[in-house]
Parts: sequence; C-alpha cells; structure tokens
Amino acid sequence: MSDLFEDPIPGQNAPEFTVSEISGAVKRVVEGEFSHVRVRGEVGRVSRPRSGHVYLDLKDDRCVLSAVIWKGNADRLRTPPEEGMEVIATGKLTTFGGQSKYQMVIEDIAPAGAGALMVMLEKRRAALAAEGLFDADRKRPLPYLPEVIGVVTSPSGAVIRDILHRLRDRFPRRVLIWPVAVQGERCAAEVAAGIRGFNALPKDGPIPRPDLLIVARGGGSIEDLWGFNEEIVVRAAAESRIPLISAVGHETDTTLIDHAADRRAPTPTAAAEIAVPVRMELLSWLDGQGARLGRCSSHAVIQRRQRLRDLSRALPRPETLVAQATQRLDHCGERLPAALRMATGRKRLAFQQVAAHLRPRVLSDRTDRCHQVLARAAIRLAGALDRPLQRDRLRLSRLPVSPARLTDRIQVARQRLGDCGSRLTQGLARAAREAEADIRRGKERLEKLLQRLDQATDARLTGGRERLDALERLRQTLGYKETLRRGYAVVRGDSGVVTSRAAAEQATGLEIEFHDGRLALGGKGPRKTKGKTPDQGSLF
Amino acid sequence: MTEKPVAEMSFEEAMAELERVVGQLERGDVALEQSIQLYERGAALKSHCEDRLKKAEEKVEAIRLAEGAPVGTTPADGL
Repeated sequence: MSDLFEDPIPGQNAPEFTVSEISGAVKRVVEGEFSHVRVRGEVGRVSRPRSGHVYLDLKDDRCVLSAVIWKGNADRLRTPPEEGMEVIATGKLTTFGGQSKYQMVIEDIAPAGAGALMVMLEKRRAALAAEGLFDADRKRPLPYLPEVIGVVTSPSGAVIRDILHRLRDRFPRRVLIWPVAVQGERCAAEVAAGIRGFNALPKDGPIPRPDLLIVARGGGSIEDLWGFNEEIVVRAAAESRIPLISAVGHETDTTLIDHAADRRAPTPTAAAEIAVPVRMELLSWLDGQGARLGRCSSHAVIQRRQRLRDLSRALPRPETLVAQATQRLDHCGERLPAALRMATGRKRLAFQQVAAHLRPRVLSDRTDRCHQVLARAAIRLAGALDRPLQRDRLRLSRLPVSPARLTDRIQVARQRLGDCGSRLTQGLARAAREAEADIRRGKERLEKLLQRLDQATDARLTGGRERLDALERLRQTLGYKETLRRGYAVVRGDSGVVTSRAAAEQATGLEIEFHDGRLALGGKGPRKTKGKTPDQGSLF
Repeated sequence: MTEKPVAEMSFEEAMAELERVVGQLERGDVALEQSIQLYERGAALKSHCEDRLKKAEEKVEAIRLAEGAPVGTTPADGL
C-alpha cells in the first residue's frame, strides 16, 4: 500500500543509507585513504582527561584538525605536546560518528625541527624566569661538608659510578641513590618525585635526610635530556629545601633544571667535586693549624719567660734595697743606749744644777733682800719727806742778811786765800825740784850717746881695713903673678903677649916673665907694651 | 667571646673558628691567661675537626620505593 501512495521523484532511485551506514562508509573511505599520514601543524588546545588519553587540536592559519593520543601512546611520547608547539604528528585519520567528526589518531608526535624545540624551550624558560624560579636570591649555599648526599639518577650506568668514584677520592660520604628513569616519558615525573621525596624525608627517620642533592644524568640529545626541561622537574628543583646541584648532560648542554638548581655542575664528576672538599687537604690544613697553634703557645710562653728574665735582671736584689737602711739601723741602734745615757746624764746634771740653787734659803734670801729694800725705801721715803721741808725752812731763815754771817763768809774767804798761798809756794818748790832732775837726766843721756858714737866709729874703721886686706889677698890670688909662682911664664913678643907658635916665630925678639923677673931672648924686648899687663885670659 | 660549644659546631664552623683562634694567637696581642684558654679551645676545635675527617667512610644505599614512596634502603655495592 505504501508504495502506491508514494510518488517517487525521478532521479531518486539512489540507494538509501542509514546514518550509521553512511558514517561507516565515510569512516571506511577516510581510514582507507589516510591510514598513515604525517601532519605538520601547531598544537592548539590540549586536554588530558583522567582516562589518560590526550585530546588536542592541530591547526594552521585556516583549519583545525582534532586529534587524540591514546593512553598507551601518550605514555611513550618523548616530547609531550604542548600548546603553541609546532609539531609533526604521525598517525591515521579516522572519524567519530557519534559527533559527525573526523579526527587524527596520533601515534607519535615530534617537534617540527630542533629550532622549534629551542624556541619552545626559550619560551618556557622565560615564563618560569618571570615567576622568579631562577632568581639568584633563591639560591642556597651548599654545605661545606655534607654528611649525607642524595643522588637522583639512574642506579645503573656510568653517571652514579663517576660520582661515587670522585667522592671516594675526595671525601667518602654516605650516599643515598633515588633510582629514576633519566629519559623517556617517565623521566620528568620520577625525577620530580625523587627531589620531592628526599625533601619529604623526616629529619631523624630511618632513612637519613640528605644535606645535599645531586640530580645527574649523562650526555645525550636534546630529546634525551628533555625530561629535565619539564616544568614539573624545574619546579621541584626550585622548591627543594635541600641545596641541589644539577649535573645533566655534558658541559655544553643546558637544561632548565640547571637554572633552578642552587649550583650547576658541568658533569656528574664535577658535581662530586663541588659537593665535598678534599679530605687529605683538610687533614694537612688541620695539621698546619695544629702546628701553628703549638708554635704560638710555646712562643707565647718563651717570649714571656724571656721578658720575665729580663725584668728580673733589671730588678734590684732585695738585700741591696735594705742594706743601707739596715746599716743605718745598726749604727743608730749602737748609738742609742749611749745617747740615752748621755742625754739622761746631761739632764740630770742640769737638774742638779737647778736643784742645787733651789733651797729654802734662796727663797728666804730673796725675801730678806726684798725686805731690806723695802725698809730702805721706807727710810728714804721718810727722809724724802723731811728734807725739802728743812731746806725750805733754812732758806726761809737765811732770807734776812746778818753781819755775823758776812764775817763768817770773809773768814772763810781769807782762810781759802791762805790755803791758796801755801799751796802756791809748795808748787814752786816742787817745780824747781823737777827741773833739776830733768837736767841731770839729760846730761847722763848725752854722755851715753857720745860713748856709743866713738864705739861705732872705731868699729867701722876696723871693718873697712879688714875688708881691704881681704880684697887685696883676693886680687893677688886672681892675678897672673901668683900663677907665675906655680911654674908658668908669660912670653912677650914685639907687640905684646905671644900666645902661639906662629906668632913666636915671627917675633924679632921674645921676653919671658917669671915670677921673680923677666928674661929677654934675642933682639930687643918689647918694652913698649910692658905697661899693659896681660889679663888672666892669656893663660888659657 | 660568645662561644658556641665545640661539639655543636659543624665542620665548617669549627674550621673557621680554629682559623680565627690561631690568627689571634699569632698576632700575640692576647694576655697569657687568655692565650692559654685560646690554645685549649684551638686544641678542642682541632680534635673536633679531626673526628669529622676521620669519620669519612663510604656507605652507598639505594632507596627502595613502593608505589613511589620510599620504604627503606638497599645497600648498593659494586658501584
């Protein structure tokens, strides 16, 4: 019936599909045509639901392609996709009939070239730096000598061996290894867990908490090291309260953990060198310090002993300090009893002298004398009162002149005249007597003087004569005549005394004088010169 | 001097203190009594440092993990 009512439109004889049929048909076509494709594009929105699958968009400037990475693949990815990343995704296209969508199932995803990866890394570094995770003031100083060192690395391989070897050389320490995968998709999470795990260890728990962490990995490609660029690792390193040394890759490799670590070591071996000092060096340093210490202390004592010796030498001996005083004391001590005796003796003597006078009579004598003086004064006092009175009375009685009184006075005067006359004659007689005596004495003196004059004249004459005789005798002795007596002779030539043979030869005649006369030889004697007597000089 | 007991010092602190003590003694400007005290302190610091240096022994262990959490250590020999 239904067919009759239906009035098919021409051209509508194409088979009908159900929605599922057409979806399935499209799916077959798409999957058949695009079973393996590589798509290059920028990663857009990425979501990671709990299922573990990763949903993302790949896009370019005009179109968007939805994509999914199934859980199994997502865990294996070396570089997990991030928004903004330029990637090359490998996989197949499929459809999702439930939402009338097609999408790409990605099996592998890789950054589109190293340059792109570096750009992304730089972007991430800048973002984390902007958060302050790499700031210099976040860096903690490393302990000088850590007791326990925690190493986050692969438990097998050269890296941990290098570290342990170098630690053994320098300063063997207790080392805890936190085993982690150092590459692959588990790397970042495990390394971050290792850093956090060490930090979470209780201080005095069964597992000792390290004082220093080393996060180490050997060299590799940028993709191999990628886990150490992950934000989770960088944050764990930045948050670590235990000082951390990063040693990832070779010297030229730089990962983001290096920026967040407190120190970056170029290699794992270098990390061990940074971690501990050299024990032997410390021991020798310590020996040196010990020696210096000993030297200092002995030096201090020696120096002070020397100083003490010098000072004690300069110090005078105690005996000499007191010697003089002692001597003075002895001297005074000897003189003391005698001085005492003498002093008491003197005092006693003085006392006795004073005491001798101090008899009752002294006092009574004085009182007697005083009595006498007093009595005399009393008598004189009475007289002194009477006398002026009598004198006044007498003068009063004499006031009228009487003849009897005049004759009395003439008598007195005559008597005095007579006295004077007799005294005058007596005086004349006495003067005459004295003059005679004077004359007599003068005569006697004159005679004495005359006598002395004669004696003096005689004495002078006799003295002169004697002197004359003496001088004559002397003259004769000194003259040559006396010499002639002793056998000498004086020879005279023509012109005086001849004193040399030559003169004698030339003389026409010679005359020899002996003491008793002269004898002429040849010619005529030199008479003319006879008058000049040669002096005694010719004799020599 | 506010002195920290030598036994509580870290190696580095003890080192620095020992250096300071030796320097002070070498300058020779301390009184004899004080220099004796300093010497004794220096000797204590030195023996403390020596103890720390002598205690240098290697012990390497690997952390045992159970579900990501450390549960103990295993001696890691032969590395």
